[in-house]
Amino acid sequence: MGLNKNKATNKEGGAALATDLNVVPLKNRIRPYLIVAPALLITIGILIPFGMAIYYSLTTYTFRRPIADFVWFRNWIRMFQAKDFWNAVWVTVRYAFWATLVEMLLGLGIAMLLGNTNNRFSRILRVALIFPLMVAPVIGTIIWQLMLSHGVGIIDKFLNLLGIYGMQWGASKKTAMLTVVMIDVWVNCPFVIILILAGIQSLPKSPFESAKIDGGSGWFNFMNLTLPMLKPSILIALLFRLMAALQEFGIIFSLTKGGPGDTLMSLSVTAYTTGYMYQKFSNALPYILVLWYIVNKCASFIVEKWRISQYQAAGKDVEVEKKQRFWHKFIKSKDAGSAAKGA
Amino acid sequence: MSPTAKKRLYAVLKNGGLAIYSVFALFPLLWMVILTFKSDAEMLTTTFVFTPTLDNYKQVLFYTDYFRYIKDSVIVAGGAVLVSVLAGVPAAYAFARYEFKNKEKIAFQILSFKFAPEILVVLPLYMIYQKLGLYDSYLGLIWVYQLISMPLIIWVVRGYFEDISVEIEHAAQVDGYNWYQVFLKFLLPLIKPGLVSSALLCFIFAWNSFTFPLLLAGIKIEPITVAATKYLAQSTVHYGQMAVAATISALPSIIFAICIQKHLVRGLSFGAVKG
Repeated sequence: MGLNKNKATNKEGGAALATDLNVVPLKNRIRPYLIVAPALLITIGILIPFGMAIYYSLTTYTFRRPIADFVWFRNWIRMFQAKDFWNAVWVTVRYAFWATLVEMLLGLGIAMLLGNTNNRFSRILRVALIFPLMVAPVIGTIIWQLMLSHGVGIIDKFLNLLGIYGMQWGASKKTAMLTVVMIDVWVNCPFVIILILAGIQSLPKSPFESAKIDGGSGWFNFMNLTLPMLKPSILIALLFRLMAALQEFGIIFSLTKGGPGDTLMSLSVTAYTTGYMYQKFSNALPYILVLWYIVNKCASFIVEKWRISQYQAAGKDVEVEKKQRFWHKFIKSKDAGSAAKGA
Repeated sequence: MSPTAKKRLYAVLKNGGLAIYSVFALFPLLWMVILTFKSDAEMLTTTFVFTPTLDNYKQVLFYTDYFRYIKDSVIVAGGAVLVSVLAGVPAAYAFARYEFKNKEKIAFQILSFKFAPEILVVLPLYMIYQKLGLYDSYLGLIWVYQLISMPLIIWVVRGYFEDISVEIEHAAQVDGYNWYQVFLKFLLPLIKPGLVSSALLCFIFAWNSFTFPLLLAGIKIEPITVAATKYLAQSTVHYGQMAVAATISALPSIIFAICIQKHLVRGLSFGAVKG
């Protein structure tokens, strides 16, 4: 019994335990670390490659010539001078911008429609709309290939009816970006929809009832009431989508392998081509490290915004503060206190 | 315009908008399924009216290695989920219940793996794997898939543990159950919905993963996503088989997604949005 009681107090967690740390037997103090250890050890393997990536970007390592010279920043300087690098940055940014923008706007619109409708049609849609999200992006690309290709593709036939012939889609420089963005929107828009829809369904009713009594227009209520209250959900969806879009590899690679020409050579695809096809491993790493830096910067910016919006939307709440701690530390941003005080 | 007419117009616009989007979202899937029943001969000449045939299925399932690809995908994705659950659920419990030094730091470290660009991880890993003999092996893929599944399991299940009141544990312990019994008899049933749904979501993600198996396997072991892209490259003639390959690989993900739709929001947002 005594032992059980001891364990029970251990699980109080929080302040009580922290102050009594000296009283707790060593065995119990290290237990949490032991429980976490397997999970950590399995994932920690990834820190090693990351450290290696930085190191090898400073050498002449290739798969064929494993004994490498240390050349400091030669690879980096070469990359910044190369035209293909700036093209890759531009392609990556454009792809991420368009895919995220369309997904967010369309997702918000559809989520609003679904949230305001409650008939059988919308209930079925809520389930059915997640299908594209669950299909692998690569398979999604194949499906769109089947839609767009000449002769077989339904869209091609439809356009023929309208008098438009010979759309090249992925194979043309003009429409390649449009095509991959469209596939990305098809796959990922449901993600935005279900996240924002969850936000809509958890909105409190009373502010909307009072707004109804005040007689504000629908648009006015949307801009001044719904949107600010949905901001946390919107920002979370934006965070996940933007980070994934910046890194997108599967859709672009399986549709055009970065072509035609260098139209779709994003940072991921360029790194893959340089590292694997041309076997210039150490030349490829700086590209991907730059991508990692961009992703990280964007993420910490959105997380900051999200924390503030979360705080404003919910007020002082234990749940919120816990989450704030979480996101704050997740990508090391400025001190947690300032935002809390500011809000 | 009278208020009722306005209301009706609004309803029409609303449902119309939803209808247009659902055509965009669902028609491609329908088209894919339609093509699976079309013979190569009718592929170019017909649209919706044709004589259905099962030839494409027969061709893909019996005359290619498709079962082997499915087997590889099941082993790798299933193995990845199993490892994540066995190591991740205890870790999630520790993150939810214990207070210890650097707790949040460790938890964020694990989460941040989810956001590392896959290619960044894969390029050096390719090298390490070749040295360790893990390249193109089940174990190697299961290990790298932990980056997808481990953060998800830990963060989602942690949220479900935090929802359970500590009182339940205390009461059980006062009744004389030891730690393992409390965990198995009281906690596990309570987190079961969350655990099952996040495990299935992990399975879907691992099943859908493309970059990892493309770069770290592909000769002996070929998961279904990598194998399916081969149809993109070569069979410009056999659209039907391409459609079958896509349909079969999309099917498990969609079925699982229907099973877990209630918990999907929490899973997809790592617990940040509680649906």
